[in-house]
Amino acid sequence: MNAFAPVAPPATGCGSAPVLKQRGQREVFCGLTSIVWLHRKIQDAFFLVVGSRTCAHLLQSAAGVMIFAEPRFGTAILEEKDLAGLADANEELDREVERLLARRPDIRQLFLVGSCPSEVIKLDLSRAAERLTQRFAPHTRVLNFTGSGIETTFTQGEDECLAAMVPVLPETDAEQLLMVGALPDVVEDQLTGMIEAMGVPVVRALPSRSADVEVGIGPNTKFIVAQPFLGATTGMLSGRGAQHIAAPFPFGEEGTTAWLRAVADAFNVSDEKFNEVTAAPRARARKAIAAHAERLAAKSVFFFPDSQLEIPLARFLTRECGMTAIEVGAPYIHRDLVGPDLDLLAEGPTISEGQDVDLQLDRCRAARPDLTVCGLGLANPLEAEGLATKWAIELVFTPVHGYEQAGDLAALFAKPLKRREGLAL
Amino acid sequence: MKLTVWTYEGPPHVGAMRVATAMKGLHYVLHAPQGDTYADLLFTMIERRDHRPPVSYTTFQARDLGSDTATLFKASCQDAYDRFKPEAIIVGASCTAELIQDDPGGLSSSMNLPVPVIPLELPSYQRKENFGASETFYEVCRALAKPCDRTPEVTCNILGPTALGFRHRDDVVELSSILESLGISVNVVAPLDATPEDIGNIPAAHFNVMLYPETCETACRWLEREFKQPFTKVVPIGVGATRDFIAEVKQIAGLPDTPVDESRLRLPWYSRSVDSTYLTGKRVFIFGDGTHAMAAARIAKDEMGFEVVGLGCYNREYARPVRALAKELGIEALISDDYLEVESTIEALQPEMILGTQMERHIGKRLGIPCAVISAPVHVQDFPARFSPQVGWEGANVIFDTWVHPLVMGLEEHLLHMFREDFEFHDDAGASHHGSHVPAAQHKREEAPTELLVKDGVTWLADAEKELRKIPFFVRGKARRNTEKFAADQGLDAISIETLYEAKAHYAR
Repeated sequence: MNAFAPVAPPATGCGSAPVLKQRGQREVFCGLTSIVWLHRKIQDAFFLVVGSRTCAHLLQSAAGVMIFAEPRFGTAILEEKDLAGLADANEELDREVERLLARRPDIRQLFLVGSCPSEVIKLDLSRAAERLTQRFAPHTRVLNFTGSGIETTFTQGEDECLAAMVPVLPETDAEQLLMVGALPDVVEDQLTGMIEAMGVPVVRALPSRSADVEVGIGPNTKFIVAQPFLGATTGMLSGRGAQHIAAPFPFGEEGTTAWLRAVADAFNVSDEKFNEVTAAPRARARKAIAAHAERLAAKSVFFFPDSQLEIPLARFLTRECGMTAIEVGAPYIHRDLVGPDLDLLAEGPTISEGQDVDLQLDRCRAARPDLTVCGLGLANPLEAEGLATKWAIELVFTPVHGYEQAGDLAALFAKPLKRREGLAL
Repeated sequence: MKLTVWTYEGPPHVGAMRVATAMKGLHYVLHAPQGDTYADLLFTMIERRDHRPPVSYTTFQARDLGSDTATLFKASCQDAYDRFKPEAIIVGASCTAELIQDDPGGLSSSMNLPVPVIPLELPSYQRKENFGASETFYEVCRALAKPCDRTPEVTCNILGPTALGFRHRDDVVELSSILESLGISVNVVAPLDATPEDIGNIPAAHFNVMLYPETCETACRWLEREFKQPFTKVVPIGVGATRDFIAEVKQIAGLPDTPVDESRLRLPWYSRSVDSTYLTGKRVFIFGDGTHAMAAARIAKDEMGFEVVGLGCYNREYARPVRALAKELGIEALISDDYLEVESTIEALQPEMILGTQMERHIGKRLGIPCAVISAPVHVQDFPARFSPQVGWEGANVIFDTWVHPLVMGLEEHLLHMFREDFEFHDDAGASHHGSHVPAAQHKREEAPTELLVKDGVTWLADAEKELRKIPFFVRGKARRNTEKFAADQGLDAISIETLYEAKAHYAR
């Protein structure tokens, strides 16, 4: 492959393919689950869920291995008396926040996170956040977003969180690139490093690791999104006058190259410079993927909806690992964001949005894919039926973006197949 | 409103799921938003179940709230019946659905489904998981148990085991074999692996074994009232409790008091053997659900020779007997579901060992105190592949091994005392049979402490603190605590080497 060759789209992509929409039981996490990685990423933030015992139990269970160092998240559990009178609920909330901030003076950003019960009883967390910001400024800023299961699915919690941060970003006229999405620090550093090496003046990340890193925004800000689920955040950033750089997502060698290329084009980076920066890591990524692609080639894959990463990942698996996609299910499809990936994904698979899990299981069983990407509630039951599965949640908890992780990403899908080949049982 | 970091129990509908998932042929239609489906993974991942829990969630969304969530519930109920053809259905609401007041019970009864539909009222903002399991099992019994003739021979039911229970799977096997050795066969085990039809046959047994009061006491009491079935009160965890349980069973069943085969039981000899001398007087802190914590306290004191310095439970329903037992032991019970409160209690007591839940295991890790797990909430590690019950003879053997394992063993303890500065056999390395063995170089301490340690107005002088550090890690906490208390009692404001050894002599046992 020529290092300069632009990505060649298939004759017919999935951009205009019909989307199967069914309405039934959805087997997905709510947005609160995003807190599990957000609280590690933003190191001076605390996430206070205002919800029920179920919310606390979810966070504890979704963390999988419970992180028992006193975590930077907690749940203010609503009790009977909070439901009776909302005025009291506000007082109680203020009291709990005061106690929390007294115990954790290291907290600079406090997020009040709405839940299903807090939304049903219409507890106004935005007013609470305003009230508490006035009280604890300038040391601690209080923001709010929703992670409720009646409004958000899994990764949309991160979208809501980042969108809530946009209005309070200071104005700047500086020409800069904003990279949006919570990435593992190592990946963030790799990507910003390469972009800076191409000569892009200022590269910032949202969210930043701490409140001390000033991230501004303005008409000379261009932004690129690193995660496909950040639709609301994209809208808010555009609303502040920043310009969105559309691109396929940086999964695999091809995706990462296309993503970086879009940045390079937006900042008039020469082909020569682009190649100088990317040639070596591109070659490494191709080599690393090839080591696993052999096992994946000509195998079929079926995606249950989970994190909204499904479409870009299907593009990676089909184009770079030689797999065939049978169904690509996503909880939501933000066409503004995943459009470029859909165009690259060759026609053929069923594209589905939303879910009726029982009907989808019927389709999956009928198709008997070589690999099924699904949530933790479905994985073992499907394995027991003889299907190889990959837990989708690992894809959001593992560094998988960019060149240096492209091989790891392929390995995540290859491992279940390798294990089945290796076991003599 | 109460700030919670970690919870010991889930919401009550998770308790209902533990009953539904344990049973066969029962389906649970749960009015709940989509996020509540996370609960499936508790069963498929933690317990490694190979089937989805038999639960249909209505998964309503915000846009449904304005229109008709009641219709959505009825559609889910019909779909669940059509697809799974259960013998009976339980219906209920999770915390969010409770707020929108759709009345799943009323809605489902209006549908005239051809199978029993059992409504559950589980107040999510007041009660918790154990209550949910107990109440669900009681309602299932009430709806399905029917009068029937007693079996000709003496039989019993084993009640209480659920899905996601702490060693429930193995406890049922061990208990059945003990009952069999007494000539009593098991009529029904429920809810674990029982069908709705089996529940109907519960009244055929002569008595009930209340294996886990947390999940079945309400049902046992109702069955006693309704069908005159007596039930056992002793939970057979530990040697003494198992013997008492057998005596109770013999009495209820009218069996002669002939000797029972205890040949599988090893705990008594292991505990008497000289190698166990080092267990004597180990100060233990015990915390878990009421039943397991109380059983552990008896074993710790009478069968292991430990000193129980703390006892508590997280489920308020069993606060009264736990308090009574604590009083007998001369200590104050800790009744709390606040993880941070449990942690600070342990920190203050400085026990040499914790017998607790997965939560306390992590507290122990942080405080450097060994811990063995005795109770739910469960973790994937609590579902070992091997047979490891808690009840009966084998349960006692398993408990002996489990509790001794985290400790530094007899002779090793002496060697640590004698050769404190050995570069690889030193106290920071921990017990040598554990993976966490750390070479000395990584843990080098500063030669002299740079600042003086001050605690409650008492200052450790530098040489005394250096001496304190020479004391092996597994008794250092106790030594520090005793010395500080001694100094405070004597009205001293500084601790010297002299004070340290004065205190040691004062507290000598």
